[in-house]
Amino acid sequence: MKKINSREEFDQLKKELEMLYNQNKKRIIVCKGTGCTASGSVKVIEAFEQEIERAGLSDTVEIKRTGCHGFCEKGPIVAILPEDIFYQQVSVEDVPEIIERTIRKGDLIDKLLYQDPKTKQKYVYTHDVPFYAKQKRIIFHHNGLIDPTRIEDYLGFGGYEAFVKAIFEMTPEEVIDEVKKSGLRGRGGGGFLTGLKWEFCSKAKGKPKYLICNADEGDPGAFMDRSLLEGNPHLVLEGMLIAGYAIGAHRGYIYVRAEYPLAITNLKIAIAQGQELGILGQNILGTDFSFDVMIKEGAGAFVCGEETALMASIEGRRGMPRPRPPFPAVKGLWGKPSNINNVETFANVPFIITKGSQWYSEIGTEKSKGTKIFALAGKVNNTGLVEVPMGITLREIIFDIGGGPPKGRKFKAVQLGGPSGGCIPEEHLDVPIDYDSLISLGAIMGSGGMIVMDAANCMVDVARFFLEFIQNESCGKCIPCRIGTKRMLEIVTRITEGKGEEADLELLQELAEGIKATALCGLGQTAPNPVLSTLRYFADEYRAHILEKRCPAHCCIALIKFEVDVDLCKRCGLCKKVCPAGAVSWMPKTAASINKSLCIKCKTCIENCPAQAII
Amino acid sequence: MEEKKIYLSINGKEVASAPSQTILEVARENKVFIPTLCDCQNLSPFGACRLCLVEVAGLPKLVPACSTPVAAGMKIRTDSEKIDQYRRLIVELLLSDHEPDCMFCEKAGDCLLQDLAYQYGLKNSRLKGERRAALIDDSNPFIERDNSKCILCGRCVRVCDEVQGVSAIGFIGRGFQTRIGTPFNRKLNCEFCGQCIASCPVGALTSKPARRKGRKWQTRWVKTICPYCGCGCNLTLHIKDNEIVGVHSDSSSPNEGYLCSKGRFGYEFVHHPDRLQFPLIRKGGQLVRAEWYEALRLVATKFQEIKSRHGNNTLAGLSSAKCTNEENYLFQKFVRAVLGTNNVDHCARL
Amino acid sequence: MDAKLDLTYVNMMLQDYKQKRGALIPVLQKIQEYYAYIPEAAVDLIAEGLNIPASEVYGVITFYAQFYTHPRGKHLIRVCRGTACHVKGSKTILEIIKDKLSIKEGDTTEDLLFTLETVGCLGACALAPVIVIDGYYYDKVTAQKIDDILNRLSQGNELQSHT
Repeated sequence: MKKINSREEFDQLKKELEMLYNQNKKRIIVCKGTGCTASGSVKVIEAFEQEIERAGLSDTVEIKRTGCHGFCEKGPIVAILPEDIFYQQVSVEDVPEIIERTIRKGDLIDKLLYQDPKTKQKYVYTHDVPFYAKQKRIIFHHNGLIDPTRIEDYLGFGGYEAFVKAIFEMTPEEVIDEVKKSGLRGRGGGGFLTGLKWEFCSKAKGKPKYLICNADEGDPGAFMDRSLLEGNPHLVLEGMLIAGYAIGAHRGYIYVRAEYPLAITNLKIAIAQGQELGILGQNILGTDFSFDVMIKEGAGAFVCGEETALMASIEGRRGMPRPRPPFPAVKGLWGKPSNINNVETFANVPFIITKGSQWYSEIGTEKSKGTKIFALAGKVNNTGLVEVPMGITLREIIFDIGGGPPKGRKFKAVQLGGPSGGCIPEEHLDVPIDYDSLISLGAIMGSGGMIVMDAANCMVDVARFFLEFIQNESCGKCIPCRIGTKRMLEIVTRITEGKGEEADLELLQELAEGIKATALCGLGQTAPNPVLSTLRYFADEYRAHILEKRCPAHCCIALIKFEVDVDLCKRCGLCKKVCPAGAVSWMPKTAASINKSLCIKCKTCIENCPAQAII
Repeated sequence: MEEKKIYLSINGKEVASAPSQTILEVARENKVFIPTLCDCQNLSPFGACRLCLVEVAGLPKLVPACSTPVAAGMKIRTDSEKIDQYRRLIVELLLSDHEPDCMFCEKAGDCLLQDLAYQYGLKNSRLKGERRAALIDDSNPFIERDNSKCILCGRCVRVCDEVQGVSAIGFIGRGFQTRIGTPFNRKLNCEFCGQCIASCPVGALTSKPARRKGRKWQTRWVKTICPYCGCGCNLTLHIKDNEIVGVHSDSSSPNEGYLCSKGRFGYEFVHHPDRLQFPLIRKGGQLVRAEWYEALRLVATKFQEIKSRHGNNTLAGLSSAKCTNEENYLFQKFVRAVLGTNNVDHCARL
Repeated sequence: MDAKLDLTYVNMMLQDYKQKRGALIPVLQKIQEYYAYIPEAAVDLIAEGLNIPASEVYGVITFYAQFYTHPRGKHLIRVCRGTACHVKGSKTILEIIKDKLSIKEGDTTEDLLFTLETVGCLGACALAPVIVIDGYYYDKVTAQKIDDILNRLSQGNELQSHT
């Protein structure tokens, strides 16, 4: 692309591209996010290309490879524009039929439509599918429309408009003010006011100033940042450019997990395109604002999501957090004033600048504005990424968007915020979600992981899982996290093995509160949350493990007897069929029985038993 | 130029301080005790032990006194029940991952962790679990490291880096199994200044020459000046049964407690059996024990012979850095006034 | 330490990074990419080239999960030693692989083609015995199957998604 040197050239280019994208052309949109790629979308794209070529439709039909649509469970996803027809789980074999019937004749292909597993209703259009209907897709809006590897696509849909508005029409102070008024809070977990953070950094003495994008998304179960970077990298770059202008930084770093290769590839392409076009680099669009972005790849340490550890890692040191003050805004990267925001936070910024803080602050609750992206997973029908306005209830997300637990199983709890968060039970599902309400329920917004659990999930085991994660990822610097979470893990493990004692609960509580109050960084301070929240809502389960040596969810192996309850047994023989060890004996019309000397406790029978008769 | 004073309160008592000080510094100046393990004189704050956490009115979280600067009007509490409870828990956690062999430990009686366990009355930790395995490095003649006693305060790593500029050791691994050592577990190859031993608050780093010779508090301390060179570092000799069994240097000394390998470990010569304790005169090719008057008379006669036969300037004097200033003064006086020559020098022209 | 190891690449690459701040982790990533691990001899060169103490270089290597200080094979074979797999003969499977590759578990073949590891339980008991190669699951493994897979990989063929 030719370099553009002024606002006029930018406006001209934009006008051309917008016209190009406003043509009422048929577009076949194929998701090329990590999820759909894993389920075969690359082959589907190739098939479409060949088929369109063969059908002689190359001039009238366009194929778009886009980023993640969020509904990863049903991938590969294909959408057909302008009608917005939604096809799911499309295979290579379906492609000729789509071209022939849908593209040429306008017919729908019934088997590719989404069917609600509960109501059995089928849906034609994307915006009607229950998974999308209750969402408010602002940040994700373009993810399903544009090819992330083409800056033209982004520009054609209004991209970089906010940045141009900021540098030509606003002073840095006005930009900060607008972001402050919008009420945007950090999407990485802490929920600190973004505009205020920018203001601290902009007022800090010292030069140069650095801007850092935290893309070290490490919470198990959260992948919205990956999806944004893969599907719309220019949106994140635009947010960074605006922030850089606001705080007076000329160099930005994006710290990305090495585990996200596609995100890194697409970012590199986006940066190169931005430099070529003159949106990044020296004297952008003829102004005296210069800004460039570098990618730093992480090396496999969860704790580097903590901002001081992240900066140490960029500097090439061990990612060990340090005490604050001094805050990064005063003394950050290389000892210079630095501002760190996460990917989703930056992605919010262009919308605030284009549409105004007034528009933005009308979305959400009093203290939490805008939308939030959640990664919905676990025991729920529709897993994927959902963007919802703050203030929506958990019930709406889990049951209306997510379709509730599969196979009509009973909902038990939802885990929010990953290893720093907590489990919320049924009785609190109607609380409107915002930063503060979640904290008061013992969870956190975190980066937005949302894992649904049903009756087969043991809450003690969930707590143990997260403690194990934290123990593996603790940097080892401060005593409460290094030794404290280790001792907590040991106690919880003992409980799941039936070796717990009554005094353990009190000790766990004391350790949890102590670690929360004394650990050095956010990772350690929040590490006890999964234990505290399960102790708060599911103390009965802990007690059942300790006092009755029983796991109510039939999950903890040491507490399962591996015996058949003759009264519950339906005499179906499924357990015998699935047992890999040949330990089950069963004859038609008789109850099964398990030979304990052969049983290897793999739980395959329990998972398959339709009557939960194995205790 | 004196900084302008600011006023704040610690435990309800108003105190004055300079604005650039940390809470810990101001507390110490005012004799308010805040326990610490990773804080160490002259080293950058580390914030790892979490024992120095204090309450500051208006702040939602506890703050580490070692790295938090004071501000005017700050209301600090260092001794609330909550803080006490947390500190006790932290010490208990440390004890649960620490080789409990105070009976044999070189550091017993001079160990900050032992002091804290004593202060909090922690005989048995309620927390039992996995402990890091003892990984002992005694591959060199001076410094022994026992990682099972290490509390990872990082004082040795920081002193080696920030003061000595050697960086021979560093943190290795992460999480519960973090330890301190050399790359690829190579033999320690450093200046052997022993600053790491001096900075270790527990028994993880000990002096090998001093081992089993008596713990620090069992010895009589004699302050002296290091005889090795002209730096004149302050030494405190540990004397037991009239024998030097160890050395340390006071952190308030001009050398701020830092020594080199000779000052810290090189005291064995004092009691060495090969050391000359009486004069010897060579007779018929053999060195034979003599009386002082006999030896001195011989030397004086020879000097006079040389002087009268060849002249004063054929003689020269070279003195030792191990002598005190007074001895060196007397020596040069002797060379100039008695031998009558200005040919006098010293082995340690630093 | 391998005396034959050619460290030209390390020296060459350090030239590009000498003057750059924060170069250590990118340098280690490149070296690991090239050698599939960080050789001990490279650590001293890095320390000298970037003017960082070797202790710090080693500290960084051991802090991040991405870095290894021992060579690892191109293909990672993990044999499940969980109970279900044990009952279904995973010990024999392990012995066959060890025999065929002439290495112990935890080791890497001399041609750096394979690293052999065992894992506790992969939670795929119904598929026992299970081995995982480069992330692909192979179920109900037999001696014949192993022969096929290893031969295919030794000849430089890539794996196909299997189960």
